[in-house]
Amino acid sequence: MTQTISSPALRDAAVDSPFRLLMRKAWKHRGFMAGFLVVSTVALIALLAPLLAPYDPYKQDLLARMARPVFLGGEWKHILGTDALGRDYLSRLIYGARVSLMIGLVAAAISAVIGTTLGVLGGYFGGKVDAVVMFLVSVRLALPATLVALAVVALFGGSLTVVITVLGLLLWDRFAVVLRSATMQVRQADYIAAAEVLGASLPRILWKDVLPNVMNALIVIMTLEMAHAIILEAALSFLGLGVQPPTPSWGLMISEGKEMLLFESWLITIPGIALFVLLLAINLLGDGIRDITAPEGRN
Amino acid sequence: MFKYIMMKLGMAALVALTVSFISFLLLFMAGDPAISIAGESATHEVIEKVRHEYGFDRPLLVQYVEWCGKALTGDFGVSYYFKAPVSQMIAERLPVTMTVGGLGMGFALLLAIPMGVLAAAFPNTIIDRTALTVAVVGQAIPSFWFGLILIVIFSVQLGLVPASGTRTWTGYILPTIVLGYYATPAIMRLTRAGMLEVLSADYIRTARAKGLGWRVVMFKHALRNAIIPVVSLAAVQLGFMFGGSVVVETIFALHGAGFLAWESISRNDLPTMQALILIFSMFYIVFTFLADILNAWLDPRLRAA
Repeated sequence: MTQTISSPALRDAAVDSPFRLLMRKAWKHRGFMAGFLVVSTVALIALLAPLLAPYDPYKQDLLARMARPVFLGGEWKHILGTDALGRDYLSRLIYGARVSLMIGLVAAAISAVIGTTLGVLGGYFGGKVDAVVMFLVSVRLALPATLVALAVVALFGGSLTVVITVLGLLLWDRFAVVLRSATMQVRQADYIAAAEVLGASLPRILWKDVLPNVMNALIVIMTLEMAHAIILEAALSFLGLGVQPPTPSWGLMISEGKEMLLFESWLITIPGIALFVLLLAINLLGDGIRDITAPEGRN
Repeated sequence: MFKYIMMKLGMAALVALTVSFISFLLLFMAGDPAISIAGESATHEVIEKVRHEYGFDRPLLVQYVEWCGKALTGDFGVSYYFKAPVSQMIAERLPVTMTVGGLGMGFALLLAIPMGVLAAAFPNTIIDRTALTVAVVGQAIPSFWFGLILIVIFSVQLGLVPASGTRTWTGYILPTIVLGYYATPAIMRLTRAGMLEVLSADYIRTARAKGLGWRVVMFKHALRNAIIPVVSLAAVQLGFMFGGSVVVETIFALHGAGFLAWESISRNDLPTMQALILIFSMFYIVFTFLADILNAWLDPRLRAA
């Protein structure tokens, strides 16, 4: 690659691998890059939380309650102020990123396994198998997700494990629907017929031929459902039936700040903006991946 | 058409039956319902007495059939916490939820459909980009937070509308916006995609070629066909809105069925919880069934399928 190629058309034609092509498209996609940067920053903050947080997120300081953040005339000691129990708001925000990302990732992963299995089986076999899959999707969609999640958390207690499990068991419908139609398309391809003729076993065909070809759709839905899980966890925690105090969850922080809504509205603005920025970034990332991997581009 | 309707009806009934079984099982997932009624500190005899009185010592299937039979006649038992008939409480609370749901859907459609049509009419222009931005941003705002921010701005700072309750009609404004904006991005995107597809069809070119005005073609020819998938989506979204009413009603302290759901869930009031989960599911099933019928009527090709 030492020679300089003058014409841009020639340079594009000289692209060597699909991966490089993908990277090139990704680099040019502003939404994808913005989403990618923000999500990786939040992920890094979550990973390095103990190093980054100025205080222990659980440590109460009743003498320093409700200190205002710097931009509202507070002191630099607590950059984002302190909450009603005198806990450093910035530290809680940083540790809250861990809760949100962990719930989003694990819940979406559980959903992905359930939904992909159902969708791929339904799309591949069609007929009765497909009817059963569609029936299960209808049942799942008919159940009000928020209410069922609230009820299960109320009955089993609001540990992180319960919240993640119930969200994982509830959010698989879109995986099933989208992967079913993606699999139906792949099913028509010649290479599937070829694999069948060659005598490849069913698991091998599904694993080696179908799955890699529906992976794009899987990743796109994965990002969307991650955002969905994060938003639901925040809503559950806000209603008091999600992650329990004193765990620093952004939804819980908004719920705790609600009491002081009239006087100190920054208590809900700060975690709310954090939640909004993360969700926006994940959605941009998902939309970006869809655009980049789609052969025909936008629309 | 008759065969199509019967098929859809059968499917809806089967889904309803399964959902009813799941809502019923919820009672037993939590462990022993007799203990939760009698209280943690109750003696063994008291628990046994409660178990027998409520009939929890009978086989699960017998209890399910009995619960279902009673539910069909509108009897969901007596609330553990409120000590009132569950169906009566729900009947009192449902109108608020239905009003907010209906208004929210109206708001979403009035906002999303024109936006989607305009975005498709001027693709890749500033209008299209703005609509897309609104959709992407809208998707990322948690509704409970959005509700609180609206309260801070419009109730606390500007004093325009009440922060809670529905004593006057103005109390419905903020809940309508919060519930409606939630469904807007999806409806807008689908309208846009449908319009883009339809606008490239031959009959649209024909309509333009024979001299019909842009507006007539846009709304009479194109929108009518593009709207078909939107009907299904709107039905699904309306079902989700009812189920999601728990969040909005809790923020604005509206005494609807969603708020009742939150009250009953946080107090372990199982009969009320079960009944509400079942009723919200039924709303969803009925809405999607009606949307299927409406779609078959709008698009005769579907009936053959």
